[in-house]
Amino acid sequence: MSTLGTLAATLRAVLGDGQVLTDRQDLRTYECDGLANHRVVPGIVVLPRDTAECARTVRECVAAGVPFVARGSGTGLSGGALPRADGVLIVTARMRRILAVDAADERATVEPGVINLQVSKAAAEHGYYYAPDPSSQQVCSIGGNVAENSGGAHCLKYGFTTHHVLGAEIVTPEGEVVELGGPAPDPPGYDLLGAFVGAEGTLGIATRVTVRLTRLPQSVRTLLAAFPTTAAAGAATSAVIAAGVIPAAVEMMDALAVEAAEAAVACGYPAGAGAVLIVDLDGPTAEVEAQFAQVTALFETHGATELRVAATEAERTLFWRGRKSAFAAVGRISPDYIVQDGVIPRTALPEVLARIGEIAAGHGVRVANVFHAGDGNLHPLVLFDAAKPGEDERAEEASGAIIDLCIEYGGSITGEHGVGTDKAKYMPRMFTADDLDTMQLLRCAFDPAGLANPGKIFPEPRLCGEIPRKHHGSDAPTGLY
Amino acid sequence: MEWAPATEADHIDGVPARWVAAPTTTAEAAAVLERAARDNLAVGIRGGGTKLDWGLPPRRLDLLVDTKRLSGVLEHAAGDLIAIVRAGTRLDTLDFGSQHLALDPLPGATVGGTVALNTSGPRRLLHGTARDLLIGITVVRPDGRVTRSGGKVVKNVAGYDLGKLYTGSYGTLGLITECVFRLHPVAGARAVVTTPVPRADLGALLATIRAEQVVPSAVELDRPDDGPVTVAVLVEGTPAGVHDRAAQLEKATGGTTSADPPPWWGRYPWQPGETGVKLTAPLSRVPALAEPGVRGSAGTGVLYARLTGDIPARLDRIRAAAIAAGGHAVVLTAPPDVRERVDMWGPVPGLALMRRVKDRFDPGHRFAPGRFAGGI
Ligand SMILES: Cc1cc2nc3c(=O)[nH]c(=O)nc-3n(C[C@H](O)[C@H](O)[C@H](O)COP(=O)(O)OP(=O)(O)OC[C@H]3O[C@@H](n4cnc5c(N)ncnc54)[C@H](O)[C@@H]3O)c2cc1C
Repeated sequence: MSTLGTLAATLRAVLGDGQVLTDRQDLRTYECDGLANHRVVPGIVVLPRDTAECARTVRECVAAGVPFVARGSGTGLSGGALPRADGVLIVTARMRRILAVDAADERATVEPGVINLQVSKAAAEHGYYYAPDPSSQQVCSIGGNVAENSGGAHCLKYGFTTHHVLGAEIVTPEGEVVELGGPAPDPPGYDLLGAFVGAEGTLGIATRVTVRLTRLPQSVRTLLAAFPTTAAAGAATSAVIAAGVIPAAVEMMDALAVEAAEAAVACGYPAGAGAVLIVDLDGPTAEVEAQFAQVTALFETHGATELRVAATEAERTLFWRGRKSAFAAVGRISPDYIVQDGVIPRTALPEVLARIGEIAAGHGVRVANVFHAGDGNLHPLVLFDAAKPGEDERAEEASGAIIDLCIEYGGSITGEHGVGTDKAKYMPRMFTADDLDTMQLLRCAFDPAGLANPGKIFPEPRLCGEIPRKHHGSDAPTGLY
Repeated sequence: MEWAPATEADHIDGVPARWVAAPTTTAEAAAVLERAARDNLAVGIRGGGTKLDWGLPPRRLDLLVDTKRLSGVLEHAAGDLIAIVRAGTRLDTLDFGSQHLALDPLPGATVGGTVALNTSGPRRLLHGTARDLLIGITVVRPDGRVTRSGGKVVKNVAGYDLGKLYTGSYGTLGLITECVFRLHPVAGARAVVTTPVPRADLGALLATIRAEQVVPSAVELDRPDDGPVTVAVLVEGTPAGVHDRAAQLEKATGGTTSADPPPWWGRYPWQPGETGVKLTAPLSRVPALAEPGVRGSAGTGVLYARLTGDIPARLDRIRAAAIAAGGHAVVLTAPPDVRERVDMWGPVPGLALMRRVKDRFDPGHRFAPGRFAGGI
C-alpha cells in the first residue's frame, strides 16, 4: 500500500471511519480556500472531534513523514489552507464548542472551529463582545483568525487577534499538546503564544483558544460621508487622526467600489461620490459626542459633499452593508477579480492611489479600491475578464505591481490576509535573507521535520539541520538546588 | 568599534565582565557581536542598568554590551502615529509632542530594557504592554547577523511576529538595537477616581468598575502593610468626556475625583535590595492575591508584592494562591541569599519548547546564560 493508503487505514482504525475522508468526491470539497484559483485535492481529510484526536492525527503524520495542513472554515484569502496532494488536511469543523464564557474574567474559551461571530453572540448577554471582526466573521473560525492574526474594520482602535488572545492549547508539529499563554496575563518564559498567532498554521494546530472579551461600548455613532475624490477623503481621515481622535473604524470606498456595492446590495450611498467614508465612533457617550462634533466639523472643512448620521441600528447596518459586501459585490461589475491586501503608511494614501490608477491604466484593467483608511490597509480589487486572452496575466501583474508599491512606500505585502501560498514569493522583497533565516529558526524549533503546512509563508522549503545538542542539566536555575 | 577592559562597575548582578563595548549603531553592534561569536564569548547587555538584578545572575559573562550610546529617535512619523527609536534611548526622555508611546516609563529605564523585560505600568489596561505597541524590531543575533521583523506600519501580518518573541526574553535571544512603536495621541484631559475599600468588598468594587462603560486607562490597587485597600481609576479623554466619566464612576463607587494619581501610582511596592514578586491572576481572582504589601493593575490581573520576613515561606504561600487562581508568581528581584533559596520562576508551561527556541537562536548558550526561566 502507498504511504497515504497505510496512513488512512491507521487513522481510520484509531479515529473511526466517520472522521477520515478518502473518497475523491468528498476530498474535492476541500480543494481550495477563499483563494479559489489555487486548487489541490488533499490526500486525506481528517475531522478530529477533540484535542486528543487532533494530536493523534499529527503523531501519525509525523510517524509516516507525511505533511499536514490545518483548515478552519476555508475563508482565507492567501491560500494558507491550500491542501497537499501528498498530505493530510486536518479540518476543525467538528470542534465547535464554546467551552466557557467568563464575563467576570472578561474572557471566553472556545474550540478552534467556533465561528468568530458566535463568540460575540455568546458574550452579548453579559454585555461583552469579541472585538476582532473580520468582514468574514459570520463564517470564519477562531482557529483561522489566530493563524492569520486577523483584523477587522475596528482594529484601528481595538487591535488585531494577537491583542485579544490570552492563551491557546496547541498540538505542536511533533504531536505534543502544549499550553501557550494561559488564563492570566504575562506567563513566565518566552511569549510563544505571540509568535504562534499569525504563523498561519506552520507552528502547529490550535485546539483550544482563550480570548479576551471587551465590554460593549456605552454608545456608538456611525456616519457616512461623501467626498469628491479619494484624495480629499484621505486628507479628511488624516485630519481626524491628527486631531487626536482614533475612531473605532474609518473605511473608504472609491467610486468604482461604491458602484459595485450599489449594484449588489442597494446600500443607497450618495450618488456621484468620488469616495465614501464610513466612520464608527464608540465609547463613553460623552466622549463619542465630543468626537462626533470634531469629526463632522473636520469633514466639512475638508470638502465633504454629504454627511449622513445613522439614526437607528437599522440605518447603521445599512451603512455597513455596502462596505461588508464589497469584495463579493465587484462580481456584479466584473466577471473576475483579484482581492489584493497591502499596507502603506496612511499619509501616503493620495500618492499611492494615484500610482495605483497609473498601474491600472498601464495594464488595461480596472481597480476598485476598498480600504481600512485609518490604518492604511488597502484592498485594491483588480477587475478583469478571464475570457479575454491575456487579461488574467495582466491583472496578476497589476496586482503584483501594487504590492511592490506598498513595499516602496515602506508598507507591507499583507495587512490581514496573510502570506500563505499566494505571497510567499514576495517575502524576499520585504525581508532580507537573514530576516527570513531568523524566522526559520523559530519554525525549526517547533517543526524540525518541516511537516506543518510546508510551502506557505516562505518562498523556498528549507531543511532545519541539526543543532549541537546542549545538556540542560547545567542550565537548571541555581535557585532550585 | 573599540572594546574597553571592564571596570569594577561593569558587572551583571555581581558577575564581572571582562570587556565592555558601547556601539552607537546597529552596524557597529553587529561587528561587536560577530567578533564575540568568533571568540565564543558570553555576552550580557546593559541598558539603563536599573534591572540587572532581575532574574538570576548569568552563569558566564565575558563581554558587556552597553547600549547607552545606541540612542536617539530615528524617525517620528506623526501623521502615521509611529516612531523608530534606538534601544538605548531612555523611555522617560521620549517626547513626541501631542503624541506619546503609551508605556509608563520606569525611572532610568531604556526602550530596549523595557522591551527585553516587558515591564509595564498602569496604562497597560487600555494600551497593552511593550509587546502590543511594538510593530517592528531590529535585533542583532548571537551570531552577529542583523535581522528585522515586523515593519513600520501598524497593520502587518507578513512573516512571523518575532517582536513578540524578543519582548520579555531578558536578552537571551540577541541584542535589540531598534524598535518601531505605534504611538497614541496624548489625551486632552484626565482624572483619577480613588476609592478606599475593605478587602472583603474589593471584588464587588472591581466588578462595578468593569460594569460601568467608562473605558478606564488604568485600574490600580494598593494595599499597604496596614490599612484598607485603595483602588484608583484613571480616565483619559476630552475634557467634557472625562468630567462625565469621572462623575459616573464617583456615583457608582462612592470614590472621590482628583486631577493626579496617588503617590504610589506606577511604582513597585519594594525598595532596592528587597524581594519583589509579580503576581498574575484572572480578573475575578485579583482579590485573592491582594495581601498586605501588594499593589498593581487590578484591571488586568497583574500585581506586585513586596515580600519580607520568612521569604521562602511567604513565596510558597503566595505562589500557591496565584497558581490556584490560574496565574503565576514570579520573583522579579531578590537579594542574593534569597535567590539561592527560592525558585524564581515557578512552573513554566511550554518550557521544553522554549528551550528549543533558545537552542536555535543561541546554540552556544552565550547570551545571558541562566538569567531566564528554566535556566535559559
Ligand atoms: C469575504 C471575505 C472577507 C474577509 N474579510 C477579512 C477581514 O476583514 N479581515 C481579515 O483579517 N480577514 C478577512 N478575510 C480572510 C479570512 O476570513 C481570515 O483570514 C480568517 O481568519 C480565516 O479563517 P478560516 O477559519 O476560514 O481559516 P482557513 O482559511 O481555513 O485557514 C486559514 C489559515 O489558518 C490555518 N488554520 C486554520 N485553523 C487553524 C488552527 N486551528 N490552528 C492552526 N492553524 C489553523 C490554516 O492552515 C491556514 O493557513 C476575509 C475573507 C473573505 C472570504
